[in-house]
Amino acid sequence: MTYAAATELATATNEHLANISNTLIYSSMAVYTLAFFAYIAEWLLGSRSKVGRTAAALTADAKAKAPAVTVTKGGSTAVLERPQVVVRSAAGSRDVPDGPGAHGGDEQGDLYGRIAISLTVLAFLVELAGVVARAASVERAPWGNMYEFNITFSTVAVAVYLGLLALKKNVRWLGLFLVTTVLLDLGLAVTVLYTASDQLVPALHSYWLYIHVSTAIFCGAVFYVGAVATILYLFKDSYENKIASGGTPGRFANSVLDRLPASASLDKFAYRVNAAVFPLWTFTIIAGAIWAGDAWGRYWGWDPKETWSFITWVAYACYLHARATAGWKGRKAAYLAMLAFGCWLFNYYGVNIFVTGKHSYAGV
Amino acid sequence: MSKTTPATPAGPDAPVGDQDLGAAGSQLSTAPAESLSMPTLGVVGWARWFWRQLTSMRVALLLLLLVALGAIPGSLIPQSGTDATKVADFVKNNPTLGDVYDKLGLFHVYSSVWFSAVYILLFVSLIGCIVPRTWQFVGQLRSRPPGAPKRLTRLPAYTTWRTEAEPEQVREAALALLKKKRFRAHLTGDNVAGEKGYLREVGNLAFHIALIVMLTAFAWGQLFKSEGNKLVVEGDGFSNTLTQYDDFKSGNLFDTGDLVPLSFRLNKFTGTYETSGPNKGTPRLYQAALTYSEGAYGKGHKTLVKVNEPLEIGDAKVYLTAHGYAPLITVRDGKGNVVFHDAVAMLPLDSNVTSTGVIKVLDGYKNPKGVSEQLGISAFFLPTYTKGSETASTFPALNNPVLNLAPYHGDLGVDSGIPQSVYQLDKSHVKGFKDSKGAQLRENLRPGQTMQLPGGAGSVTYEGTKQWANFQVVQQPASGWALAGALTAIFGLAASLFIQRRRVWVRAVRGADGVTVVEMAGLGRSESAKVPEELGELAGVLFDQAPSPSEATEAEPDGVSDSGAASSEGAEN
Ligand code: HEM
Repeated sequence: MTYAAATELATATNEHLANISNTLIYSSMAVYTLAFFAYIAEWLLGSRSKVGRTAAALTADAKAKAPAVTVTKGGSTAVLERPQVVVRSAAGSRDVPDGPGAHGGDEQGDLYGRIAISLTVLAFLVELAGVVARAASVERAPWGNMYEFNITFSTVAVAVYLGLLALKKNVRWLGLFLVTTVLLDLGLAVTVLYTASDQLVPALHSYWLYIHVSTAIFCGAVFYVGAVATILYLFKDSYENKIASGGTPGRFANSVLDRLPASASLDKFAYRVNAAVFPLWTFTIIAGAIWAGDAWGRYWGWDPKETWSFITWVAYACYLHARATAGWKGRKAAYLAMLAFGCWLFNYYGVNIFVTGKHSYAGV
Repeated sequence: MSKTTPATPAGPDAPVGDQDLGAAGSQLSTAPAESLSMPTLGVVGWARWFWRQLTSMRVALLLLLLVALGAIPGSLIPQSGTDATKVADFVKNNPTLGDVYDKLGLFHVYSSVWFSAVYILLFVSLIGCIVPRTWQFVGQLRSRPPGAPKRLTRLPAYTTWRTEAEPEQVREAALALLKKKRFRAHLTGDNVAGEKGYLREVGNLAFHIALIVMLTAFAWGQLFKSEGNKLVVEGDGFSNTLTQYDDFKSGNLFDTGDLVPLSFRLNKFTGTYETSGPNKGTPRLYQAALTYSEGAYGKGHKTLVKVNEPLEIGDAKVYLTAHGYAPLITVRDGKGNVVFHDAVAMLPLDSNVTSTGVIKVLDGYKNPKGVSEQLGISAFFLPTYTKGSETASTFPALNNPVLNLAPYHGDLGVDSGIPQSVYQLDKSHVKGFKDSKGAQLRENLRPGQTMQLPGGAGSVTYEGTKQWANFQVVQQPASGWALAGALTAIFGLAASLFIQRRRVWVRAVRGADGVTVVEMAGLGRSESAKVPEELGELAGVLFDQAPSPSEATEAEPDGVSDSGAASSEGAEN
């Protein structure tokens, strides 16, 4: 085979793979849409039963019992209750129990919720295959332009969600919000951002690309999950405030917000998630600086992308400081978290689209 | 149960704030206390108040926010440090706004007075924060964790049971257990106090100190850095002295003696490009083959420099930053004498490397009348010429090169003292050679072809094409320190965020009925599910060593806050 023929053949396979990838991405969008409707059904059915909700709240409490210790005594095994630990929340926090979740204790709702999660898993697998096919077609990591970045980003965000579910964390309530944004993200990717990209420019050939960009995508996905929790916290918090001060929230708020975890739980979840990735985000920026040092001759040059990564970093540091400062807990800290995520979003979309700099290589 | 602190509005069963924990909750972190009280003590008082404010968390928060805010305009407004021409364009298009921006230093935000002021304040605040915290932490390491508060029931995690074991026995067992679990534990009166997770504080301090190291290293690097560019044609060389650079920038404290002695020769530049598909023409690989030597008379080594792989010699790094073509030109006068023979670098205009340049014959040329003149030949170069695309190359590689030349003669104005770009022709004192129709002579040459100048004025030959590469030589000292600081920061941060500092108390006393009551409580710096979990595990182990009397199942968890607390209080008095 001549060299030219071999290249031709390779190009043909690549185009074939790229087509497969596109089909997979569209299919995953279809499945995500089904999951979306299943989540909607879960929420709708869940609004039916107030009784179920109370019951679920009670059983949830019962589940929180301390683990039992098994002690062997004279040949026979007896199960001894370990002394149980009583937990008190800190001063000033409301003692509101977590809501029962979207299904509100309704059995049918719960069933739809489970279907929705199964569909999310399926859609995730299809999307993942799409991303892998894309990577194979371009023979490099699938993050050379914003289209690829978007599809990888939503895959990772869903993976984070499913991972938390697998770890038995109480995050089922995230499902609807997550899948909605994943659909938006993918819609944007296949319409506005689609690029039938080929190779990277030499400045992007580096193993730091793999390290820097993969951690950036992962951090973004986790920050995103944190941001959703923060928004829900803000809603739930004003809802609880209203109830505590004797007000009556609207019917919609009553039905939806009541089923979410308590504001304190949402707040704590958001904090944990943001705090957990902050070191990784720090690492991402440093890895970027090392890469820039190799590629551009300086590790830090206040390029717009670098600047906005720094701004995002400082904003999250503000948020963490606010959490450590007594007067700034709660809503104020939550606003800072939203601001920080806003910076992240702007760094991703805004800087690529509105600002030119060394990073705006991929022509969107 | 009576209220111990009447100031607390909370009812007896409501959770109670730190103030109720007294010494037990103190110094669980080294975060400074917030106070807003106004000073009353003259100048010294004010100075102290100011210092306390500057080093408070609230002000640190504010300064952090200000740094983030201040960094924004620099990313939206063109900066003279990165793109001076864009700044000039901006000022030309918006003269009034440009003036305002200039006065505010918005064209060089990151070195402007106000931005520096904010980050220097943050820097001072950081130091002012770290020093007392370090002392405080050392003090905490030397002292022992405080004894149990009176009412353990009020702590975030609590458990109790009754046992037949003697109180002393239980305390001994608890001490041994806590020590085994690597708590710093000791016996104080009727209870055992233990504390763990000091690494959190170490990590936090290390992180903040690492920030200082990073900032200092960055500033140092800016002050002592140097950065120069040099265009080198294949076959030519460069040695690292100031005069050899095409342009050179350096930090305020840089000294020319700081230049690392090195030299290199460009043997060959290779560029390959995507030949098909939607990204046809996208560069795949740039690489420059060099022979370099360290020091003034070092031995030659061969190496390849690629875009992401600079050549590092001492503090200096040699980067490959650009490339282009340099047609090899021979100019002869009317008598056939060679008056110019050199490769002339052309400046790329687009991604397909359509290039322009000027061939300047400054001396040695005499026109047919025998008068000395200068020649300026304006050149336009297409590495891949395709019929139909006369003015733009269609591919970046050297597939079908064509050199378009338009010769002029006269005075190039090079000696006038006004600096002139080597890529531009000053046409004010030159006349164009005319073709047979009286228009400016202009001809396309392929390699090997020669163009005759009219009237026996000589000839220009396009011999072939060399490539050139641009090298940026950068020296930025202290980048090792910056990296070390960065890595420390990451690990410090991880320790600070993932390790929980917490205390555990075990109290064992004889109850009113003669049976030993064991109480355990845990307190973390922040609320965390880990504290009760860990307490549960410790309680499980201790419970096995001091089990409940077999008939007594009254250690009912739900009754804890009433009967359990009451009996232990009774024992205290
Ligand atoms: C230069 C920018 C700074 C950054 C990026 C930064 C970042 C951080 C981070 C990420 C934490 C961990 C927060 C947590 O435990 O949840 C932290 C804690 C802390 N920071 Fe900073 N910090 C900075 C400057 C300062 C300054 C100037 C001060 C002094 C006023 C300060 C005082 C503290 C204190 C006292 C803590 C520990 C809080 C505690 O133990 O509860 N930081 N910082």
